[in-house]
Amino acid sequence: MATETAIDVVMPQMGVSVSEGTITRWLKSEGEHVESDEPLLEISTDKVDTEVPSPASGTVTRILVQEGETVDVGTKLAQIGGAAAEPAPETATQDAAQAADAPSSAETPQPTRPQAPTAEERVAVQQPTGNGKFVSPVVARIASEHGVDPGQVEGTGRGGRVTKKDILSFIEHGAGAAAPPQPAAPEGPTEAPPQAPPAQAPAAPKAAPPLAPAEVLPGEQLEPASAMRRGIAEHMRRSLDTSAHVTSAIEVDMSKVVAARERLKKEYQAAYGVNPTYLAFVAQAAVQTLRDYPYVNGELRGDSIVTRNFVNLGIAVELAEGKGLIVPVIRSAETMNLLGLAKGIAEIAAKARNKQLLPDDVQGGTFTITNPGGYGTFHGTPVISQPQSAILGTYALVKRPWVIEDESGNDSIAIKPIMNVTLTYDHRLVDGAYAGRFLRDLRERLEAWEGDGG
Amino acid sequence: MAELTYLQAISDGLRTEMRRDKRVFLIGEDVGVYGGAFKVSLGFQEEFGPWRVLDAPLAETAIIGACTGASIVGMRPVAEMQFADFISCGWDQLVTVAAKQRWRAGTPVPIVVRLPSGGGFSGGPFHSQNPESSFAHIPGLKCVCPATPEDAKGLLIAAIEDPNPVLYFEHKHLYRRIKGEVPEERYTVPIGKARTHRDGDDVSVITWGAMVYTAEEAARQLEGDGVSVEIVDLRTVMPWDKGAVLASARKTSKVLVLHEDTRTGGFGAEIAATVAEEAFEDLDAPVKRIAAPDTPVPFSPPLEKAFIPQVDDVVKGLRELAEY
Repeated sequence: MATETAIDVVMPQMGVSVSEGTITRWLKSEGEHVESDEPLLEISTDKVDTEVPSPASGTVTRILVQEGETVDVGTKLAQIGGAAAEPAPETATQDAAQAADAPSSAETPQPTRPQAPTAEERVAVQQPTGNGKFVSPVVARIASEHGVDPGQVEGTGRGGRVTKKDILSFIEHGAGAAAPPQPAAPEGPTEAPPQAPPAQAPAAPKAAPPLAPAEVLPGEQLEPASAMRRGIAEHMRRSLDTSAHVTSAIEVDMSKVVAARERLKKEYQAAYGVNPTYLAFVAQAAVQTLRDYPYVNGELRGDSIVTRNFVNLGIAVELAEGKGLIVPVIRSAETMNLLGLAKGIAEIAAKARNKQLLPDDVQGGTFTITNPGGYGTFHGTPVISQPQSAILGTYALVKRPWVIEDESGNDSIAIKPIMNVTLTYDHRLVDGAYAGRFLRDLRERLEAWEGDGG
Repeated sequence: MAELTYLQAISDGLRTEMRRDKRVFLIGEDVGVYGGAFKVSLGFQEEFGPWRVLDAPLAETAIIGACTGASIVGMRPVAEMQFADFISCGWDQLVTVAAKQRWRAGTPVPIVVRLPSGGGFSGGPFHSQNPESSFAHIPGLKCVCPATPEDAKGLLIAAIEDPNPVLYFEHKHLYRRIKGEVPEERYTVPIGKARTHRDGDDVSVITWGAMVYTAEEAARQLEGDGVSVEIVDLRTVMPWDKGAVLASARKTSKVLVLHEDTRTGGFGAEIAATVAEEAFEDLDAPVKRIAAPDTPVPFSPPLEKAFIPQVDDVVKGLRELAEY
């Protein structure tokens, strides 16, 4: 019998509003050694994807939650050290027997969660509490074997402690029949009551309920939707159900930005190791323009309109292989110059792709920029990130024939680097003319760009 | 079957083996002409002659050394320490030579060292000790501690038969107090096997030697309170019967380890640790030890009584466990 202390690995709390997470990948398997702080698994929550470091050095003796499963924060995921899986099979058998006797949990098909309850769900139910009184090892074992809570047993030992005799006689006298060890099925996914919305997201009915069991037609494949995918699905739908989306577009002559970027590129690369992307220029111009258009940076909160003296700038970042989109936030972007924004964008993009974002990195945005132009698209209608009131889209920078008028009113055609920019705004709060003026001013800033844009 | 005292049973066992096997001889201080300090070998020199019942000088090193050498050339020596306490003089021969000979050279050392041990008669610090734990700690030595006349005879014969050095702790307090039926024929009691002295359900006492009777009296007193005490007489301290102890621990879930030796580092610590380690999930109470305090054995009768675990101490300990 191993006597090494067992350390539990639990689903971490990745932010105040995060209540569950999905195991996306185990980086170690049972029996493998893991060092303290070495990445042990990857999880996906509706806010971030991240690696979970091992809390201790030792052998991974048990993996309790498999890849693809979604569990609550605090759920035991694995065990480092200790006895390898010894008690588990016993408990499992015991439990299976009990489940067979308990029609409520066994007869109801649970199509969306075909696996039996995970080991720690059983443990959670059976964990002897003993009413806060000391539970001796033998009483704990008997309680666990029979699915009895020692707290229900009247103790005759010192200070009312439940003795081995007490619990044996409790079981003998039909405790099992009187008090079902598992009062309720752990979760009924198909009829789960709506959970309280997370504090940070008003009017959020939480993640969309799992889809009904899909029929698989010939040639189709099913894969479970990740927590992030489910989160995106819910958020997109909710946003369209919430805001009155209207999109306006404007064409911007980026000649001066291109020229400025050519000049600054070498300097920024050499001095700071930062690439001043077009996105950084647009972000800088947008943040400056937002000063004059507080509703675009505002929020309709109930019956009130919120405006701010700061811009928390969300930048939409696509994760590899269409695995999802995340919007990390650059805080107080209004305090940053071009270099600061370029650096900030590079940093959060890298963090997002390396799954190093923390919950705070994706919360509190007031305005978002999305850049779907990387593949040549020249127009789009993005969805607003709730509860913000607008999202700016930037598109492909393309050389186009451009009519320019000289001082004497003569037209000529020149070749210009043109970028389409869209503002998708919540028409409940932002009027069309207001949005148009925002876009006009933004264009003017970009077309008149000088130096680092100050 | 005859009723013999514990002491007579030891004599009977020794005599049986000496009659059966000419390789067996006895050596010790005053074992010959005088018949031994406690008269275990009274009449032996007359029966077996001075060359098989040897009076040795007051030199335990020489006695154990001679036995070791004799055993290597094929004899089956039985040494008597006049008091177990004196074995410290023979420590080097026993621990450094006899215990390790087989390991070093492959030659067995079938010697028995008889150790009249234990207190209870105001023998003072030099004539009352129970040093079994010191030797149980030495790989290569076996330690037996019979409590009944039947076991005294059977374990002595088993010890003489055994190819290893065996320390035979005979408790002086039991010599003439304890009587019991002892088979007349030759038999052995296996070394390393415990014996259930008394069946019970509520608390287990793990003990050996004279403490078996202390536990028995305590158990009897608790009967009236409805506490059922099981007594496991270890009989052999090394190698000890782990299986029997763990079985009893699993049965009652409450364990009291009782010995006359001092507490710290006493063999009870090994038993308690093993129970905690291997039967943890069967325990309903902490494993409890009752042992002598960590002092030399006092001479004064009231102090000695305070030193050696008494029936009342055991009753109190058992009651605490029962009520836990």
